[in-house]
This record gives sequence, structure tokens and C-alpha cells, in this order.
Amino acid sequence: MYAYDEEQVKSLRKVEETRAERTGKELRRLTAEEKDALLSSYHPDYIRSAYTNLQVGANAGAPVLKELASLLQGTPRVLNERVNLDKIDYDVDVLVIGGGGAGASAAIEAKRAGADVLMVTKLRLGDANTTMAEGGIQAADKENDSPAIHYLDALGGGHFKNKKELLEKLVTEAPEAILWLNSLGVMFDKDKNGNMITTHGGGTSRKRMHACRDYSGSEIMRVLRDETYNLGIPVVDFTSAIELIKDTEGKVAGAVLKNMETGEILVARAKCVVLATGGAGRLHYQGFPTSNHYGATADGLVLAYRAGAKLLYPETLQYHPTGVAAPTQIYGALVTEKVRSLGAQLVGKDGVAFVNPLETRDVTASAIIRECKERKNGLKTADGEGVWLDTPMIDIIHGEGTIEKRIPAMLRMFGKYGLDIRKTPILVYPTLHYQNGGVDINASAESGVKNLFVAGEAAGGIHGTNRLMGNSLLDIIVFGRTAGKNAAARAKETAVKPLTLSFVEQYAEEMQKAGCESGELSPRLLPDYRRKDM
Amino acid sequence: MEKTVNVWLFGKKYAVPESLTIMKAMEYAGYRLVRGCGCRNGFCGACACFYRIAGKQELKTCLACQTQVEEGMFVATLPFFPLVKQVYDIEKIKPTQQIMMQLYPEIYACIGCNACTKSCTQGLNVMQYIAYAQRGEYEKCAEESFDCVMCGACSSRCPAGISHPQVALLARRLTGKYLTPESEHLLRRVKEVEEGKFDDAIEALKEKSLDELKKLYNERVIEK
Repeated sequence: MYAYDEEQVKSLRKVEETRAERTGKELRRLTAEEKDALLSSYHPDYIRSAYTNLQVGANAGAPVLKELASLLQGTPRVLNERVNLDKIDYDVDVLVIGGGGAGASAAIEAKRAGADVLMVTKLRLGDANTTMAEGGIQAADKENDSPAIHYLDALGGGHFKNKKELLEKLVTEAPEAILWLNSLGVMFDKDKNGNMITTHGGGTSRKRMHACRDYSGSEIMRVLRDETYNLGIPVVDFTSAIELIKDTEGKVAGAVLKNMETGEILVARAKCVVLATGGAGRLHYQGFPTSNHYGATADGLVLAYRAGAKLLYPETLQYHPTGVAAPTQIYGALVTEKVRSLGAQLVGKDGVAFVNPLETRDVTASAIIRECKERKNGLKTADGEGVWLDTPMIDIIHGEGTIEKRIPAMLRMFGKYGLDIRKTPILVYPTLHYQNGGVDINASAESGVKNLFVAGEAAGGIHGTNRLMGNSLLDIIVFGRTAGKNAAARAKETAVKPLTLSFVEQYAEEMQKAGCESGELSPRLLPDYRRKDM
Repeated sequence: MEKTVNVWLFGKKYAVPESLTIMKAMEYAGYRLVRGCGCRNGFCGACACFYRIAGKQELKTCLACQTQVEEGMFVATLPFFPLVKQVYDIEKIKPTQQIMMQLYPEIYACIGCNACTKSCTQGLNVMQYIAYAQRGEYEKCAEESFDCVMCGACSSRCPAGISHPQVALLARRLTGKYLTPESEHLLRRVKEVEEGKFDDAIEALKEKSLDELKKLYNERVIEK
């Protein structure tokens, strides 16, 4: 059982003393100028020493985080394997790489469009960030809201860098995405008349966050997984894609697969590929902890990049403001934004709230970092430091039982360590949460490389340089489905020519010429958390 | 140096720091996990474990990523369990009691031993939600089972061979699709989008200059 230390308990008393006075008082929102100043001084994206410029590929000359550069300019695993492209193990219309929400949505739609579909995933279907998206999914389906208002919220949140045609698609197809999920049997929170119970998320101007308690992503994922199986789509799990395959016309035409347990190499030929491999939190950029699942190692970015695709905004990451700072067993785990949506304030060690809890994620994270690093208003923890997230305010504002009903996963997660979040606030610090950028796609979800479709966190541009809460569960559905439908349609008019991996050899030669090889085997596939002194 | 405790992983003894979870203890001991590790945050159900504390009789279950090690812990992981998942067409089935009889008839062989509930890593009342499923009370089954992570620990302990997580999933899908009222505002909005009601407004935004957009954004009214 976890117990706060003496210093923390002293501070906790101050938080309790000021609670009544803070409740019901909303902190003013920061002006645009104040936000800019805060971001440029404290957001990790602005630490230039963490970056290096790429020397080969479509983004040559542009900066990415060093950990990613090391993989993009690493040694392709496939070059160390014996691969026989004449021996085809799987031959399909659409190959979906990745078993999260985007991959499952793509597989379902491709199958429904009549394609022969295969899904491969390096862990299990559903071991993905989708499952961990607790807070909700945005859609402008209320009377006082509209897709245009949603568009402006996401555009401002994304620092006006969002690709317009992608954002337009995201917001206009959002209501239909919710309807699709609901018709598959996803249990959204509704009142007795069927009205969706919706709340704010950071940066939203209307309450359009739909949720399934705080198991939103889990609920969506388990339904999509079930539907994938109901449709009879073959899922090859514990099998990673270590390289894309092209044909002699330069179209993407499959992937080299590796059984994660036996090491066996397999060849999948496909008329189209949907890359839905997710994000990169497990690269632990700049040493940050992460809320991401075990397989979030940017594999898709590496594969697409070597195949010639361009990356958009790969340099911008989202640090979720409220990762767990204590207890140590769940350090870095996500405390859903819904906790703040429901009214919990962020409070420094002296009991003073220091930022409106519903600023966008990048602003809120920066405010927490400033509070700890500059103002010394954080509290030391076993792994670092943190500020208070005053959870007991939720039941005070909305009535007893709200926490139990609306955020049961949070109640359970802390409860396992003896912390009752209804009674006591919790310590939080930003955690590496989301890759804002990714492979550059068009509104058909296709990358610049023919027949390579990309969806979900691996794709970039939809969210500009900062994503709003609830727009990623939305984008995996909207763009996952789009990718699946379009890949199935394209497959019908595609004839695959002889397969080749010569582009990988050329890429390796370019790296050699530039002298930029990191020597690291790439893609990473999984992190290595074994004890370092072994 | 942090205090260590002795844990037995698959019967082999390791001394590990006492603050670790079982999952991190395995990694500390030198395991590089492939199976039995997914989200590492208690949501995916990949890391179900059994353990027994030396000298105690009770067999416990837990998620390895959410459970701190204890002195004398004997741990076995459950990285896979053969749950039975029946295939159905969600558009064609109806939320009647018969559907459960057709797809998962084994639930009626429940002997009431409550081993499922005792083994639930989420602390759910599993036997109760199976009872609701037997009676065709799907909304209650859905409510009671909502926090299920489908780790399979319950099924591994069931003498009747019930795949509880799959039964609950069916009940939830029936509830979500058929038993909760439709959202009129959602249907209306989908229709409006189809009719192109918002196209002009979005087109207008797409054509605005950056300065105009910034002004609109900074001055937008935020719903209380």
C-alpha cells in the first residue's frame, strides 16, 4: 500500500484547506500570447538539443528527435535475414499491419467491400493505445454544435497546422463514426432518453466528448475486435512487419513478416497495404515516461519512410499533462483528461490552482513543467516530481458517486495501491502520450507511395502539431474505415508485378554515402526493459 | 539500495526490489517479454497471472502490470487462454433469451461455485453477470461486466467450461445496439451532414487567412 510521505502530507493538508474556496471558481484562460510564451519556454518540443536533422529520405534536412533518427537511419532488419520473395506465404488483396482501432476499422471495411483481408499484429489484436484511450471520442452531434465549430477547435488546438482536407473529413464524418460504433453495439454513456452524455475536453468550445465511462477505448476496441472475428478476417498475431515489399513498378505490394516468438520469416504479398502501427511512446523521447502500450515503437514510420513516404510534423509530440507521478508502480500511466473535464483542478504544493484545467494538452503540460521546474511548486516523488490533481472536487461538484460511475478505471487503478481518489488528490506529471505527426496522407488515407494507405497514430496532418482529447479515437475510426474502403477499391484495379526489396538496399547505400547510419537494428519492434547491469 | 523481496517466477527464485510490479520484476530478473505484456496499464488483459504466497493456501489472480510483488510470491503467468468465441451477425441476432441459449448454452451448466468471481482480476461479480445472462437480462449483465478486460482468469477456473468474457461481450453489444434508446440528435446530425448542411460553413473556414482564423479561434464562445 502506498502512503504519501511527510512533505506530501503537509502539502495535502493545504490542498484540502483551499478546496472549498477553489470549488466553483474557474481560472481565467490564458491569452494567445501567454500560451505562446509558455510553450516556447517549457514545452519539450522546443528543446532543440533533443533533435537532429535527417540526412536521407524524403525528410532529409528536417529535424526529428534523436531517438527516432536513430531508427529512421538504422540498419534495416530485413538485410540481416534470409528472405525468399518467390516463396509467398500469404497472398491477399489487403494486408493490414497493426491490431489497434485503426487496423480493425480498416480490416472490417475492406472485408465488407469484398476484399480478401489479412491482419498481422506484433502483439495481440487489441493490445494497442486504443484500448487505453480512456476519456472519449469527439463528434459535433448536439444542437448547439456543428462540424464547423469542431473544425475551428481542432484547428486552433493544432496551432493552425492541420491539413485542411484531413480535418474537414475528420469533423464531418464524426457523427457517422459514432453512429457506426453504436450500431456495432458500443455502449456509449446516454441518458434515459437516448441523449449522449457529453463533456468538454481540453480546447473544446462545446461539450462533444462522448464516452463509455472511462473505458471508452477499451469498449470500442473489444467491439471492433469481436466484429473482426465475426467477419472471419484472419488475424496473425505475434507477427511483426519488418519491411514493406514493393513490386517492380514501385507500388507497395506486401510486407516481410517475422514471427515474434520463433523468428520465422514470412512473405505476405498484397495488392494494397494499410499501415496502422500506431505511435512511438516506447522510444521514451527525452527520457519521458509514457502512457503508451508496449509495442509503440514507431515501426510504421520507419517502414513507410524507407519505402519513400514523407513524414509530416514528426517533430511534434504530445506530452499528456497528467501522467501518474506516484505511486511508482504506475509511474507514467495515464490519468484520463476526463478527470479534468469533470472539474478536478491542478494545484501546486501550496494549495493554489495554477492553470485552467481545460487548456489544450500542450499548454497544460507546459504549465505543470513550469510549476515544478521554475516555480519549485511541485512535490518530489520516487521517480521525479509532480503536482496535485484534486480529484475529490469531482464528487463535490457533481454529487457523490460520480467518480465511481464516470471514472471507475481511475478509482480502481489507484485503489490497488490504497489511494481512494474520492478522498485524496493524486500526484501527476506530463507523460509521453501521442505522436501528433506521422506519415503524410491525403483524404483517401493514401501516402505518397502508391498503394500504401496509412491510418491512426501512424498518420500525420489531421491534428496539426497538437491533438485535442477525443480526436484520436475519432481519427482511428474515420481514417481507419477510409483506408480500408479505399484499399479494397484500389485492390480491384491492381495487378502486382514481381516483388522486390531493392529499394531497401538503395536506402542503405544512401545512408552509407551520407555516413549517417546509427547501427541500430530497425524497426525496434519492442523496447528492452531488462535490467541494464546484467 | 532498495529492499528486496524473494519471488519465484515459474518456480525459480529471484530477489527483486520490493517496489516493483510483477511485470517489472520479471524484466528485472532478465525476461524480455513478448507474450503476457500489452498495454502495461491494466486495460488490455494480456498479463493475467496466478500466484500463491508461500505457506498460504489461497490461489490468487491478478494483472502482472498492476500488482506489486510480495515476499514469498510464487508466480505463473497466463499469457493465453482458449476462450470460446462464437461467431454471429450482430445485424441479425436479437436480444432475446434464446440467443444466449443458442450461442453459449454452457452458461446453464454453471454450478454456482463462484470461482469466476473469486478469480476476477478486476474485482467484478462474474457469477452474478452470468446469472443475468442466463435470464436474458442483458442490460444488467452489461452493467455488471462493463469493466472486464477479458484476461480469461475466470474461465480458467470454471468447472463448467464457460467463456465468461465472451458471454459478457455479447450481452454488452446487444445492450449497446438494441436495448438502449437511440440518440435522436445523432441520427438528425448524420442526416444533416449527408444533406450538406455544414459544407458552406466549413468551406468558408478553409478559405480564411491565418489571421482571420486566429481571431475567430481566440474569440470563440466556450460553452459553460
